Amino acid sequence: MARFRSWVSIALAAALGLSMAGCSSHGGKRAEDARNAAAGGKAAVNTPRWTIAMVTHSGDGDTFWDIVQSGAKQAAVKDNINFLYSHDDQAQQQAQLVDAAVDKKVDGLIVTLAKPDAMKAAVARAEKAGIPVITVNSGGDQSKAFGALTHIGQDETIAGQAVGDELNKRGRKKALCVVHEQGNVGLEQRCAGAKDHFKGTMTNLYVTGTNMPDVEASVEAKLQADKSIDSVVTLGAPFADTAVKAKDEAGSKAEIDTFDLNAQVASGLKDGSLGFAVDQQPYLQGYEAVDLLWLYKYNADELGGGRPVLTGPQIITKDSAGALAEYTKRGTR
Amino acid sequence: MTTTTPAPAPAPGAGSEGQGPGGTDERLLGKSPLRKLLGRPELGSVVGAIAVFVFFAVAADSFLRTSSLSTVLYASSTIGIMAVPVALLMIGGEFDLSAGVMVTSSALISSMFSYQMTANVWVGVGVSLLVTLAIGAFNGFMLTRTKLPSFIITLGTYLMLTGMNLGFTQLIDGTVSTKSIGDMDGFDSARALFASRFTIGGVSFRITIVWWLVLVAVATWILLRTRVGNWIFAVGGSRDAARAVGVPVAKTKIGLYMGVAFGAWIAGQHLLFSFDSVQSGEGVGNELIYIIAAVIGGCLITGGYGSAVGSAIGALIFGMTSKGIVFAEWEPDWFKFFLGAMLLLATLLNAWVRKRAEATA
Repeated sequence: MARFRSWVSIALAAALGLSMAGCSSHGGKRAEDARNAAAGGKAAVNTPRWTIAMVTHSGDGDTFWDIVQSGAKQAAVKDNINFLYSHDDQAQQQAQLVDAAVDKKVDGLIVTLAKPDAMKAAVARAEKAGIPVITVNSGGDQSKAFGALTHIGQDETIAGQAVGDELNKRGRKKALCVVHEQGNVGLEQRCAGAKDHFKGTMTNLYVTGTNMPDVEASVEAKLQADKSIDSVVTLGAPFADTAVKAKDEAGSKAEIDTFDLNAQVASGLKDGSLGFAVDQQPYLQGYEAVDLLWLYKYNADELGGGRPVLTGPQIITKDSAGALAEYTKRGTR
Repeated sequence: MTTTTPAPAPAPGAGSEGQGPGGTDERLLGKSPLRKLLGRPELGSVVGAIAVFVFFAVAADSFLRTSSLSTVLYASSTIGIMAVPVALLMIGGEFDLSAGVMVTSSALISSMFSYQMTANVWVGVGVSLLVTLAIGAFNGFMLTRTKLPSFIITLGTYLMLTGMNLGFTQLIDGTVSTKSIGDMDGFDSARALFASRFTIGGVSFRITIVWWLVLVAVATWILLRTRVGNWIFAVGGSRDAARAVGVPVAKTKIGLYMGVAFGAWIAGQHLLFSFDSVQSGEGVGNELIYIIAAVIGGCLITGGYGSAVGSAIGALIFGMTSKGIVFAEWEPDWFKFFLGAMLLLATLLNAWVRKRAEATA
């Protein structure tokens, strides 16, 4: 025991000493604080403090939803809103979370309709209780039928078609669409849309998104097996980086393109290791949802004229990636 | 390893049957009420449940609303329906890792059969029951035939079912979720049975709560009042000893797996009829939640000890925690941490209570 204790104190002393001695002049917490200093502050309105709950189909620890949340929180600060967030990737649990929000008698509700049938009853219950509902990200087709005020998001099929067009523009012939979650409707729509407009041939490759080494191995094997593949489309930002590694390992010449953004994708676009990215601006989805609920409660305003308000697709290439690197590090793009 | 079947105390003066001239067997003597209470497997979890309830009642002002409690009970029931047969299986000394995806399989079979055959949905419901029971029987049969640990057998079933859920749905319906059967014959009556709401005193409750309570009652009766219950405790306590005294070990274990399949069928039909279509990729990971509920409720991982009521209280703790965190407006990221901490605390408490009970016995 005594020996153990002395080891621990030696280790602690070493860690302290190292951190004192070696300050980094780049990156790290200090740089982050400097970036974040931009948008904080106080409410810009004096409406009552309304509570708005957001319930999504996100799994645990998803970077995309962190960006949606940071947009929502930014709008909440400005509009004097108490913002609550909860999520579950299983339909039944997500519906229960909506029920819980209705029980809390929140003043506004933001939901995703990735599994529309499962959410129908819960959303109806919210409306019966007089809670205005806005749908975000997924479920543009059902939003109006469910009685939501507005839908804010990207039409996945349209986004996929944009990818197909961009691939044509770049003269690609054989593409691979990497689906990182089997059984996800939105991802299937993206690949189907891309196939629809792409003049070459496109095949789907299913990988286990929760297991990065497996993703890399699968893409690598596919590229080794078929040397004629000249572009790989990943459906989420974290997978782009992995696909680049797989490409290098396989010695393939394929161009890697991706849906969604993160810091690595932005820098990849800048240095040319990635071709292009299709962004749906998640920050905007969160921000607009909260802001539109505020507008509805304050002024009975509704946006979109009964049609979905689209936040994408926005094609980002080497030329337009410049400023975005900064924003992705901040967690708002 | 003692079973905790409370033997009815013989009425004074009544001659106890089957006894030698030495008077009453000391095992049949009545215990003091306190001793009886301490010997119950679910005692630790009851204490835990009360603590969790009080905690959230204080931390979240909306937790005590009747509509909130109804939501909590619903969340608990969707776990609890499966936790009951899983607890019985664990008392019988086995695991079932395929229980989570089996729920999804059951819902998928029911919905796709009805849709593809354009049959009355009750036909799909019936077919689903048969197929799900067959999957359960397969688990039990493989276990008793191969003598491999149930962990391995059901891990295999779990993976196969996960793949079949996705593969068959894609093959048959061409998408990742089944087509809606909401407009077909029999849907409304099936929904009434599996997924309706009823109102008591102005508060709407889900019918799954009734299913859950019925299952708990039936399982408790089986465990404590029937010969089969004794078999379950016996095979979980010691397989060889049980066989030596003539307990049909293989039958009992196959039956227990079919019990889990039956629970999966109920939960699966609820999933289908509350939403009218099913996502093929769901259910993964829930098997552990059922096991957690059973263990919090006092089941031993090694078998031979536990109760159905305990599993219900374990499910209730799960429901209170998962929704209480929402009512208390905390970051949901912490939910799993609480669940893990609760699991450890409950298990330690259970072990401590059991030690005390055995020391005073």
